[in-house]
Amino acid sequence: MTAKIEAKNLVKIYGENTDKALELFNQGLSRSEIIQETGLTVGVAGVNFEIAEGEIFVIIGLSGSGKSTLLRCINGLLMPTSGSLLVDGKAVEELNEEQLRKLRGEEISMVFQHFALLPNRTITDNVAFGLELRGVPYEDRRERAQKALISVGLEEWKDKLPDELSGGMKQRVGLARALVMESGILLMDEPFGALDALIRAEMQEELVSLQREIKKTVVFVTHDLDEALRLGDRIAIMRDGAIEQIGTADEILSEPANDYVDRFIQGVDVSKILDARSISKWPRELVRDTESASVALHRMKKADTDYLFVLGPRYKLVGLVTKEDLLPLAQKREKSFTDVIKEANTVSADTIMRDVYSELRSAEKDLAVVDENGRFLGVITHSVLLMTLDERKGGDGIAES
Amino acid sequence: MPSLELPKLPLGDAIEWFVRWLIKNLSVIFDFVSDVLSAVSGALSDGLLWVHPVILIIIFSIIIWLITNKLTAILSAIGLALVWNMGLWPELVDTLVLVVVGVAIALVIGIPTGILMTRSRKLEGFMRPILDFMQTMPPFVYLIPAAMLFGIGVVPGLFATVIFAIPPPVRLTYLGITQVPLEMKEMSIAFGANDRQVLRKVELPLALPSIMAGVNQCIMLGISMVVIASMIGARGLGEVVLYSLSRLDLSLGFESGLAIVILAMVLDRMSRNVGSGKQTPLSRLIEKYNNYRKQKKEENKEEIEQAA
Repeated sequence: MTAKIEAKNLVKIYGENTDKALELFNQGLSRSEIIQETGLTVGVAGVNFEIAEGEIFVIIGLSGSGKSTLLRCINGLLMPTSGSLLVDGKAVEELNEEQLRKLRGEEISMVFQHFALLPNRTITDNVAFGLELRGVPYEDRRERAQKALISVGLEEWKDKLPDELSGGMKQRVGLARALVMESGILLMDEPFGALDALIRAEMQEELVSLQREIKKTVVFVTHDLDEALRLGDRIAIMRDGAIEQIGTADEILSEPANDYVDRFIQGVDVSKILDARSISKWPRELVRDTESASVALHRMKKADTDYLFVLGPRYKLVGLVTKEDLLPLAQKREKSFTDVIKEANTVSADTIMRDVYSELRSAEKDLAVVDENGRFLGVITHSVLLMTLDERKGGDGIAES
Repeated sequence: MPSLELPKLPLGDAIEWFVRWLIKNLSVIFDFVSDVLSAVSGALSDGLLWVHPVILIIIFSIIIWLITNKLTAILSAIGLALVWNMGLWPELVDTLVLVVVGVAIALVIGIPTGILMTRSRKLEGFMRPILDFMQTMPPFVYLIPAAMLFGIGVVPGLFATVIFAIPPPVRLTYLGITQVPLEMKEMSIAFGANDRQVLRKVELPLALPSIMAGVNQCIMLGISMVVIASMIGARGLGEVVLYSLSRLDLSLGFESGLAIVILAMVLDRMSRNVGSGKQTPLSRLIEKYNNYRKQKKEENKEEIEQAA
């Protein structure tokens, strides 16, 4: 499958006469050295990524890390100094004015941090703005705008002016204005950054549930790590114009690529973010329900344990067997132990860690992690949980102050 | 003692030479402009004077009521009636025509210039000192080349009025557009707007209050130029002021001065509210009409649905 959006060695240097700065950049000089030498700022410093269709791709970084610059390269608001940015396999920097306008008007919509609603237009006319630019007739575009307003729950406000709305409502209008374009790509530039915490959480929820229906390719810029972890299918962490790491939330939390990423994620409350799957381990020994009691006992001895999880066909979890129950069977030379299999304590793969913790405290034995089809994915032992919590301790839950 | 005297630079001579050169070589153009403008303003004056003052005052008051409010309209009617009563009505009409035509020309040139300045940094750098020059040069000075180019009469008065009144609309248009938040422009471009759409649908509407302030200032400067323009034969209230000055006729001087004040106040109140988004009788009428149309359309739709 080809990527919906792809960046290849993308470099963006601000200012005129960027040749010299680009040469210095290619020689490997740092961002601050290039500013000193030429006075020009490197906004994006050689970035590569691929974004799949239907994915929420979050770009996160501190202010000045180049995340908004990178976002604006996607719809050609900014043109790359070198390298290439492909949308549906077509290089944005090679398009002429007309093609670029078509791309912006039909393929890509954008949501802005400070809403950017036109104060002289009603909510409906604001939502219909993009359609108006596209030349959609008045009645048609109003009808479509009002449908979009219904989808964000603001149909009663359609004739009001933006000044009469609260911040959260304004951003819903901004979202409706982008949705009404029915474009495949949605660019969101810190869309919830100007909202207070409660409204922000609400909007995040809404975006997630909306995305389940609309399945757009979303590029979401934020400086809030919790937001990134909650929304992102994949996350790119940026620093000084470069991407430090790209990965899923679990990958970034459990295997930070370098010290910077590690420090960046220090503040996160992992018990809210990590799920059962990411902290589970594969047990040293398992037994199949078709094997014999003596084999099971042998494995227990090897793994130095009193019980084993029993798997059926296709890794389906059947339950667990204990040493106590197996010993009599083995003495009677009974082969099958299916009669003594007990029910195991399980958690589903996407249970968040805090809930795993309470589950584990009430359980005697280790927890088996299963997916929605009952397939065995691993176990969570008491020691694993404590270790993970210990490793990630510290911080107050905010990555950037 | 060695003399430190430097030869005087012939700046003034150069300007005079330039104006004379213009007259000599381009007199055809100036004559043409002069003929057109005097014909237009003459026709306007004659037309307005043909209507009886009472009818004209009523028409003006209705227009003022539509774009402002009842109180302003009544006060304007009283003021205009007072001017008629003082016997200065023909002069008032002449002055009004001079101001309106002068302001119209100033706006037609000034607003596009302001827009172009936002598009070209070079033009902006070029225009800035010229605007400073136009605003600070004593307006009497404009009368000399105006008289040389267009002779005596209404047209040189118009010329001087235009030059004197043009800087505010240029500057305030430029200011209004540059003050439109960058995010708004970025938004419109991100939704596929071309340059013309950015200007028409985002920049001009958002800059409208500032542009209208420029229009208002332009009118006020135009009126203040009226007296000065009469020095080179522009007719109207300024002429009466000048006449009473030369005769030391206090009563006539006061009356004609008061007439100018009344005209200025009426025009100021009229132009101040436009574009401010305030509710006026006119905007209410438009709203009512739109609602009526919407209702009609929905009724039609229902009928069609019922028929189906």
